Amino acid sequence: MLSKRIIACLDVRDGRVVKGVQFEQLRHAGDPAELARRYNVEGIDEVVILDVTATLEARQARAHTIRAVAREIFLPLAVGGGIRSEADAEAAIEAGADKVSLNTAALAEPTLLTRLATRYGSQAVVVAIDARREGAGFGVFVRSGRAAAGRDAVEWAREACDRGAGEILLTSMDRDGTRAGFDCEMTAAVSTAVPIPVIASGGAGTFDHFVDVFTRGRADAALAASIFHYDEHSVAELKAHLAARGIPVRR
Amino acid sequence: MIALIDYGAGNLASVRKALAALDAEVFTPADPAELASVRGVIVPGVGHFSSTAALDDRWRAAVLAGIRRGVPLFGVCVGMQWLFEGSTEAPDTPGLGVLAGTCARLTGHDPADPAHALKVPHVGWNSLDFVRPSVLTRGLEPGVQVYFTHSYAAPVTDGTVASTTHGERFAAVVERDRVFGVQFHPEKSSEPGLTILRNFLEVARTV
Repeated sequence: MLSKRIIACLDVRDGRVVKGVQFEQLRHAGDPAELARRYNVEGIDEVVILDVTATLEARQARAHTIRAVAREIFLPLAVGGGIRSEADAEAAIEAGADKVSLNTAALAEPTLLTRLATRYGSQAVVVAIDARREGAGFGVFVRSGRAAAGRDAVEWAREACDRGAGEILLTSMDRDGTRAGFDCEMTAAVSTAVPIPVIASGGAGTFDHFVDVFTRGRADAALAASIFHYDEHSVAELKAHLAARGIPVRR
Repeated sequence: MIALIDYGAGNLASVRKALAALDAEVFTPADPAELASVRGVIVPGVGHFSSTAALDDRWRAAVLAGIRRGVPLFGVCVGMQWLFEGSTEAPDTPGLGVLAGTCARLTGHDPADPAHALKVPHVGWNSLDFVRPSVLTRGLEPGVQVYFTHSYAAPVTDGTVASTTHGERFAAVVERDRVFGVQFHPEKSSEPGLTILRNFLEVARTV
């Protein structure tokens, strides 16, 4: 049966991984390609590059990073961060990305999703949704969490799916960085609302958080960033923990 | 030389990268006539089955001629679906017809949990259940997992080497004489994927 996926997220700025990478064995701490290679050896299922380079040359810088990472791994590679147009997506895909992730641009221009899905297939189009609890629902935020979009996460996820998205990457802004666990209720609400896979993000701190998000949260995949960056935990250990609790994983 | 046919169905960068890593000599033919002297043919493809309509009569004739000459053919993802008679995704687009059966959409029905539909597209790592041995899958352990991303699937027939289950069983690896196909992406399936590509290249080398 289909395994639940553990996805490594590399936050990259100007070609370097940010957010405190501290693998002792890395000769060049912060090198995306070396980190990707390490994750590959450890058994990661996919890699996401979230590029936050905020320069005019962002597209070329992103392409350079993508090529360097793609050279190291024969795994699915998704790229997000500043994908605002077909040209941005094309550059990322030609550099080696299998999927592009759109956030702000998808909400601003949903027809872009359809154009990308038509050109590359839905499997290449991921819609990233950042949301926090708002009353009984979940409010969507854009521009790296700075602006409320005035949309509900479940409702926007449904529209994104209709427009051509192949997967949803759902980040809980309430939980992100807290290591207090994923927002399982929000993840389940979105996952049961759409027929496409949902990747949970935000809040991972312990292995049991992953157990929860794959069961109560009904997530199909989970993103892990800082939980692995500090080398306290390994992908292999996490997968062993999940397998021991009956969660299907690739080992 | 191995011909990697680019008929506009998706990006070939990751396939090319994998083949390059395996030291394969690969080129992209601009015209079907260029298939006349190759040692192997790879038909990739992602996206909608209708894109295979670009493989017109001349391409089909050249590919079939190659099959008759014993040139190994490898269909990947939509390229594998094209080996069959067609797909309900694009009823007006005929497949190559080397394998009997028509591809159909995954229903998402899970007999183990009928109240919850399985996600479609089928995305992620799933296991290969071997039905019979094949030169293509030599060296792979039973239950090995590979990376899938698709909404349509081919039926299990006597051409099936390995099946996979996502609620329903479908063909994951097919073989008929020297025509091979995989529903998953070998270029995104880590070591097992490279093993499969390497095995195909080995078959092509012995032509």
